[in-house]
Amino acid sequence: MSKIGTKKRGGVVHQFIIVDPNLCTGCETCESICSFVHDGEFNPINTRIHRVRIEPILNVALACQKCDDAPCVRSCPEKALEQDKETGSIIVDDDKCNGCAFCIRACDFGVLSLHLESQKALICDLCETMKEEYIDPERGEKYPACIDVCPKEAISLKDVEQIGEEKRIDAVKRLFGDIIKETEA
Amino acid sequence: MSKTKEIPIPDKISGFTQVRIDVDLTDGKISKSTLSNEFCRDWIGGYGFASKILWDECPAGVDPLSPENVFIYAHGPFPATILPTSSKYGVFAKSPLTGMFGMAISSGSVGAQARRAGINMIVFKGKAPELSYMVVDDDDHYIVPCPELAGKGCWETEELLREEFQDQRLAVMAIGPAGERMSRMACITNDRNRQAGRTGMGAVMGSKNLKAICFRGTKGVKVAQPVEFYKLARKLIKVANGPATAKYRDLGTPAGITSYNKLGMFPTFNHREGTWEKIDDGTFTGDTLNNDWVVKKVACSQCSIACDHITKIPKTHPHWPNLYASIDVELCYSFGSATGCYDWPTVFKCVELCDDLGIDAISGGVTCAMAAECFEEGIITEEDLGYKLPFGSTVNLAKFTEEMILGKGFPGKIFGDGTKQAGIRLEEMGKKKASFYGMHIKGLELPAFDLHGMSSFAVGESVSIRGACHLRNGAYGLDAKGKFDRFAYDKPLERGKAIKELEDIYAIIDSYIICKFTRGIYENDAEMAKVFDLVTGIPVTDKFIQKRGDAILNLSKCFNIREGWTRADDHPPERFFKESHTKGPAKGVVLKEDGYQTLLSGYYEARGWDTKTGIPTDETLKSLGLDFVIGKLIPSGGKK
Repeated sequence: MSKIGTKKRGGVVHQFIIVDPNLCTGCETCESICSFVHDGEFNPINTRIHRVRIEPILNVALACQKCDDAPCVRSCPEKALEQDKETGSIIVDDDKCNGCAFCIRACDFGVLSLHLESQKALICDLCETMKEEYIDPERGEKYPACIDVCPKEAISLKDVEQIGEEKRIDAVKRLFGDIIKETEA
Repeated sequence: MSKTKEIPIPDKISGFTQVRIDVDLTDGKISKSTLSNEFCRDWIGGYGFASKILWDECPAGVDPLSPENVFIYAHGPFPATILPTSSKYGVFAKSPLTGMFGMAISSGSVGAQARRAGINMIVFKGKAPELSYMVVDDDDHYIVPCPELAGKGCWETEELLREEFQDQRLAVMAIGPAGERMSRMACITNDRNRQAGRTGMGAVMGSKNLKAICFRGTKGVKVAQPVEFYKLARKLIKVANGPATAKYRDLGTPAGITSYNKLGMFPTFNHREGTWEKIDDGTFTGDTLNNDWVVKKVACSQCSIACDHITKIPKTHPHWPNLYASIDVELCYSFGSATGCYDWPTVFKCVELCDDLGIDAISGGVTCAMAAECFEEGIITEEDLGYKLPFGSTVNLAKFTEEMILGKGFPGKIFGDGTKQAGIRLEEMGKKKASFYGMHIKGLELPAFDLHGMSSFAVGESVSIRGACHLRNGAYGLDAKGKFDRFAYDKPLERGKAIKELEDIYAIIDSYIICKFTRGIYENDAEMAKVFDLVTGIPVTDKFIQKRGDAILNLSKCFNIREGWTRADDHPPERFFKESHTKGPAKGVVLKEDGYQTLLSGYYEARGWDTKTGIPTDETLKSLGLDFVIGKLIPSGGKK
């Protein structure tokens, strides 16, 4: 079903987590909260969003990009990974996953990992599988917890159309700022 | 511990791992024991744990740089949770800089990695036969000799160890060449820009041949009441990104340069003045720093604020192209206004030298300021240094800084151990009055406040158990916010009580350990107690934590008394009593000795200490459950 804030694209809601490196401070809160809402304990080893810091100033976090014809799905010898046709999310069948880690090797963004205890593949599912008790009562439904807790609002859920449009608007403001200034005056 | 019986302890407590590791570096023996539930309840965490262990186990009168000194790593119950600024750790020992209770707190990723590795505290004794590092890798604890790291900077050491472990997120606490040569102001650096800077804890590591400690862990952290904790933590994260912390996030602490300059409290020219025309004209302000030089703000693990302001010197700079440094207000003072230097790249270069080569950048800068004033006064000369070093030096200041850190030449020999030693050494050379220019209390160099017109903070800073420090009670706020008349000496008991109240809760903040920047995000002490309850399952109250803060402060004070502390040690440098500012709001003002002593007695009275000697009475000690101290407050004469 389409919702406010989402846009179907050829019948597909292609939304994923993106992190703005200009806003990200590298605080790791997203990783802690990801493990917490899924497992009830704080452990960034079991996160589905991964912070990367390259000294001295680059900080950002990466999660599943929901690639079309995703390499992780193709690489899985057990056929344990499946891509949801409508959301683009990768669903892991824990019964089939044997922890061989081929999906981790296949992913160009390094956003898969294995859960420390279960040894099953972990990948961002936009908190579809978070525990019910950690749903924000105000929101009343599951929603990516990393977005809700990021202190700098550096994390957002965007679809490819939005990203493109935002970039275009930025570019136009840069290129044709004089015209905007005129309208403001 | 009769006063604490009202707080029940559940059978199982969370948050704390309760694991204490003992490392005897001399024979390499490592053992493990359990911190009892009662110990965790009563001593709260970092500072509290260490105050008890140092009292119990650090031999009275020990030489701080000998193998017998006890070096402690500790954190509280919060690291690796999402409580804002929870990833902090503390290091503690008898300080080589003050000869008293030494402590320094840092952050970055160390607390979180150490917590996930499953430890709560490490107690180091002895001295390794050769330069070594300690590894805490989950349940694997071992010592690795590392002669190849000798002389390496903190940054390179961290990089090399991360490469060695093939783990870019290995948390590394390292000392640089300054720590190895046991400079009394040596710091410990982790995560590149975070330092456990004060009181020479890096020298203690150096004295033990301990080059670094590495942590990583994979253990998840469960809290006692996850749903409630999650709710409160989320609220605190939001508040921690709101108005309560705006000054730390936006311009950062350098915002204070302008505001304290207006009050005549921003020390310039080694505390000769409290205002500066370079601040008035906008050259040396937080705004300029941010607009012209800051390129990124970075956070420690689990911090919502991100106060770390990274500056960059452009590629075109003739001396230090492409240099990055981490700057806060203290360093704008120590290497900036205190040395009379308003050339930003020089400040950045000096800070980089301190952080990488491993000395405390506050003590380092203040020591440089002393040297500059000594140069101006003819106490040291171009002949001594090989170059000039007046106030406002740039390239020469960086040169002096490097030599001082590395112990090279005249700067290293005379100034390499901080202002107190420099004063002593210069006077031994017949340079009379040199100590007058050393701006320290108990041997620890002053932070970025000028005490001329700060009668309350003159007491607050002087009674600090670790020497001159703004973070033991934050009493500068009493003067800056006008709670009391900052030029007067009235209401000694009220002022004393106000300082005590702040100091008690600061002792809890340093035990939890969280960042002082988040003090304002809690509605009250009850909410601060609540997070402890939700994480550990120990239902503490605001009254309880305040009382424990009081006890922790008292116990570390008792440590100092045992080491030979006297009332005379709680005293600001002579300059504040003898020379006044020539301009600004505190023009013509000096501290008055009798007025100061009255306020000091008022603080002792508020604490329940003997108003003459400043020593806690038996009654006070008993009321805090510190009966075990009674009869043992005999000075050992070990103050060095």
